[in-house]
Amino acid sequence: MIKVVFFAALREQLQCSELSLPTDNIKTINDVKNQLINKGEQWQSALANTSLLAAVNHDMVDSNTAVKSGDEVAFFPPVTGG
Amino acid sequence: MSKINPTATSNEVSIQQQDFSLADEVALLEQDNAIDGAVVTFTGRVRNQNNGNHVTGLTLEHYPGMTEKTIIAIIATAKERWNIGRVKVIHRIGQLNIGEQIVFVGVTSKHRQDAFAANEFIMDFLKVKAPFWKKERVVTRTDSSNSTHETKINTKTDTKIETEQWLDAKDSDNNKAQTWS
Repeated sequence: MIKVVFFAALREQLQCSELSLPTDNIKTINDVKNQLINKGEQWQSALANTSLLAAVNHDMVDSNTAVKSGDEVAFFPPVTGG
Repeated sequence: MSKINPTATSNEVSIQQQDFSLADEVALLEQDNAIDGAVVTFTGRVRNQNNGNHVTGLTLEHYPGMTEKTIIAIIATAKERWNIGRVKVIHRIGQLNIGEQIVFVGVTSKHRQDAFAANEFIMDFLKVKAPFWKKERVVTRTDSSNSTHETKINTKTDTKIETEQWLDAKDSDNNKAQTWS
């Protein structure tokens, strides 16, 4: 399984802060995103935002990065702290 | 004497709800530290306006674990780049009101140039790399004129509406961070 977490505006749009996905057919961040998009219109429109960032195990990554079972994948909007 | 593999530790980063004392933090940076002649501190506070909106407060969300890891990496890079002594970064989370402190960066060094530069570097990269998100409470005023047929009196009311909105990331912050490369 892969744990997927969402933050800030994206978390609110999806009305979901975390979920688990089976690793079947998932090799990269892009595959994770595509599986989520299949969950419905709300997911499709929220994840269509091209400015979204992704992280694997607390490191920022790009969409071609490999993921494996046990990883924690995160999607979130550009950061606004400080 | 050359520096050997400078590292940053979790002791140098604190993500917390509670407020912090600038005096206490400076005292900790200076305590038993006779080698450093410079102490540079930055404190960020909640402003009462943003993009023309009247802000009444904000809520800060973060990604626990990744936030700390990101800031520790930024501090480690600063230590490679400048000859600095002690570093402390504090970032608050949760609900904050106008004027409250949000963020603290403190850096010591033998001479001022290193501490000035490293402090600004850490703050610039914290803003564009550390996973925090601000949600502002803003007040918008709407002028609405209500008339009633029976009395033929127009009453103009100044209605204040408080809404919450996520902040958009600023290009200027990204551009500022890029000036260090």
